[in-house]
Amino acid sequence: MIIAQRSLSGSSQSPRSPSSQPFLSVSVTDPVKLGNGVQAYISYRVITKTNFPEYQGPEKIVIRRYSDFVWLRDRLFEKYKGIFIPPLPEKSAVEKFRFSAEFIEMRRQALDVFVNRIASHNELQQSDDLRTFLQADEETMERLRSQETGIFKKPADLMQMFKDVQTKVSDVVLGKEKPVEESNPEYEKLKHYIFELENHLAEAQKHAYRLVKRHRELGQSLSDFGKAAKLLGACEEQALGKAFSELGAKSETLSVKLQREAHQLLMNFEEPLKDYVRAVQSIKATIGERANAFRQQCELAETIKLKEINLDKLMLTRSDRVGEAEHEYKELKAESEEATRRFETIVRLMNEEIVRFQEQKTQDMGIAFHEFAKGQARLANSTADAWRSLLPKLEACSSA
Amino acid sequence: MMGSENQGFEEAHLFASREEMENLVLDEPLSNHNNHQNNNSYSSYRSATSSISDTTHHPLSPPILATPADSDPLLSPPLYRNLNASDNNSYIEPPSYSDVIFSPFDENSVNEINGLDSPSKNPESSLTLSRSPSSSSDYVKITVSNPKKEQETANSLVPGGNTYYTYLITTRTNIPEFGSSEFSVRRRFRDVVTLSDRLAEAYRGYFIPPRPDKNVVESQVMQKQEFVEQRRVALEKYLRRLAEHPVIGLSDELKVFLQVEGRLPLATSTDVASRMLDGAVKLPKQLFGESTAVVAPHEVVQPAKGGRDLLRLFKELKQSVANDWGGSKPPVVEEDKLFMEKKEWIHDLEQQLSNASQQAEALVKAQQDMGETMGELGLAFIKLTKFENEEAIFNPQRVRAADMKCLATAAVKASRFYRELNAQTVKHLDTLHEYLGLMLAVHGAFSDRSSALLTVQTLLSELSTLHSRAEKLEAASSKIFGGDKSRVRKIEELKETIRVTEDAKNVAIREYERIKENNRCELERLDNERRADFLNMLKGFVVNQVGYAEKISNVWAKVAEETSGYAKDSS
Repeated sequence: MIIAQRSLSGSSQSPRSPSSQPFLSVSVTDPVKLGNGVQAYISYRVITKTNFPEYQGPEKIVIRRYSDFVWLRDRLFEKYKGIFIPPLPEKSAVEKFRFSAEFIEMRRQALDVFVNRIASHNELQQSDDLRTFLQADEETMERLRSQETGIFKKPADLMQMFKDVQTKVSDVVLGKEKPVEESNPEYEKLKHYIFELENHLAEAQKHAYRLVKRHRELGQSLSDFGKAAKLLGACEEQALGKAFSELGAKSETLSVKLQREAHQLLMNFEEPLKDYVRAVQSIKATIGERANAFRQQCELAETIKLKEINLDKLMLTRSDRVGEAEHEYKELKAESEEATRRFETIVRLMNEEIVRFQEQKTQDMGIAFHEFAKGQARLANSTADAWRSLLPKLEACSSA
Repeated sequence: MMGSENQGFEEAHLFASREEMENLVLDEPLSNHNNHQNNNSYSSYRSATSSISDTTHHPLSPPILATPADSDPLLSPPLYRNLNASDNNSYIEPPSYSDVIFSPFDENSVNEINGLDSPSKNPESSLTLSRSPSSSSDYVKITVSNPKKEQETANSLVPGGNTYYTYLITTRTNIPEFGSSEFSVRRRFRDVVTLSDRLAEAYRGYFIPPRPDKNVVESQVMQKQEFVEQRRVALEKYLRRLAEHPVIGLSDELKVFLQVEGRLPLATSTDVASRMLDGAVKLPKQLFGESTAVVAPHEVVQPAKGGRDLLRLFKELKQSVANDWGGSKPPVVEEDKLFMEKKEWIHDLEQQLSNASQQAEALVKAQQDMGETMGELGLAFIKLTKFENEEAIFNPQRVRAADMKCLATAAVKASRFYRELNAQTVKHLDTLHEYLGLMLAVHGAFSDRSSALLTVQTLLSELSTLHSRAEKLEAASSKIFGGDKSRVRKIEELKETIRVTEDAKNVAIREYERIKENNRCELERLDNERRADFLNMLKGFVVNQVGYAEKISNVWAKVAEETSGYAKDSS
């Protein structure tokens, strides 16, 4: 749970505790399976504690499901273009995995992180949709959710749309081969960086996941080996037999430790890496939005040019359509300014966001690495201790 | 065997046990430091591939008794270190490890590894017990190398010329009975089969190491080079095991095989065809001849084989059926309760060995995979580091890149450790596989015993049959006044047969007793050696695990230390 601080400038303070800072903290807990068969799903309890005046009170508990979170993300993506919307955990493709304890826990954790990132973001935390999400009753939520299906497409789809549109625009509107892209070298560099980064991260995450599997496999084989050693020890006499059975016992102990460490690794290292990948994908979606905004701006700029030419022509010929044309021209001008403003907002926001992103990720990764190293050291120490404790016994056997 | 990589081998040195370090402090001065370190008392049953775990004599542990019956001490070849000194150069530790201080057990271990890291002195892996310290200077080292293709000579059955491979077998030894300290011969696989057959005949009741398979199918299907190499390795293992056996290692058969140039002059191995011919010729005489076929005493010391001994085979088969299904108890039975229990126990042991051996392989694979994946993870992060550094615009990126590098370096180091650990584990757990292979030899020895017993039983039955026939004849003959010339003659012949059979029976009984005694000795030797070998294996395995776990732990502890700042910051 992250306690979010509100950015203040004359912000109101809670009347109940006048000295306290404004805060908004959320926790996603208590996953419960509801429904039957194909329709079964997991519901979560979302607990909000806040002193924001816009909220209905200091504490509120609602029940939400995954698609509600998706709704929230989609709304934020629509409204806050330019901001890197925190990523959601994936919908699981594999049916039988959907209700495994591990998957449910990982998802719960990821959803918790998702909401709290929103709650701690200066702008996003003020979103009405967030408030709705955190407070509305279930029926309202369900209604809202079903209205919004299909609007948000996956970032990948968005990128594809962008690319398609891009070609269309360059062919139709401009009649040239040149794609409608910003000629901003720094931005180009950023785009390139983001796309490359995703590849690198995906690979690292793949290996991290494999490493989790390896821990499990090693644990399993140690357990099997331990059992076999015990059985072999049963054939042997006294001291040697004991030695084997102690070895077997230690093996089995270590097997348990390995399974535990595998779980830790999954939650504290592999999941953060996956989260990193998702964050980068979210940035790609924002890049798509920026491209859209840029395209719109360009389109409008072009259209205005044409309209200007037309208007001048009309004025020269003293046509009676001048008034109409002037009116259209003014409208277009307003639209164009609007489009420019939108685009520039996105650019500004992105510049802020990228700084925050880099800082946040260094922080997140630092923690993940720390946990990883701690876990590995802990495992290795247990291993050394367990085996070491056998040595005096083995010595005793040989001198017996 | 389990794919221990060469890389693992080359790097697998930096592993001195505490015992080994203590040895170096406590040692009586020896002329050759290497020699002592490399003093290997091997399990006679354990094959050694080059530069595998040294066993050093732990001065503080009492030696385990060698088998009493042998006049020669157990052969304990310290093997290959001395002679491999030149080979060691290929196993030199990479420079980075010479900085690693390895003190796994206590602060008191005096000799840190640093001082011992000169290439020629690289101590290897596990501590072990010596089983017979007194014989530490005897050795026989056999190498099989240099396979060459040769042509079959003219009188081959297959037209067009057959080719076969010969192998150079080099022996180095300091045992005086061999007459020379170094010699070589060229042998083909067929010669090895002959050797193996001869040994089986001469050393009934012993646990004779099983020879490599003929692999007829593989030899057709595999690539020639691969097959030849596989065979070369198998031959080397086999011959080394033979040499390690306290009795067989000094046998004439082995000596001749290893030393005598040219065609293998072991007792003629009659090929199958002439054997069958021989037997077929004898059979009619045996079936239709007047005298019952007699098993000559000298033949009794060998089990009935196909070909020559068809009738004997038939009789013994009849006897064994009578033993199993007949109502009457055979004249002599396996009385030794102890032996029966041992047999059951061997069966049980074999099962557990097989199981343990399988699980050991699975464990090794899992360790291997862990090492590999850890390494891949490290590499992925190294790439990320490079990437972030190249593209860095903001400072947090550089910080992150540094953190990633720290993690990546540790992961790569840990990966190396896992793989080294594994290479050592393979060597230790190999003992399980070795003993599993030995079970075959044990079965052979037990079946020698059963077949000798069966021969005795058969002869005893036959004797009783002959006696009763003689009695009947005498009774019939005495009824006729003046004697029955033909009957009398028959009685005389019968008495002669009885006498020969009686001799044969005595020889058979002596042979049976001899084999029983061989069994007993070998079982005792098995017990002693197995105990020592398994303890060594366990110790080696455990020491190995401890050592590498500590190394790995250190690596990660450093990373945890360097990233500890993040832990404080996180809410």
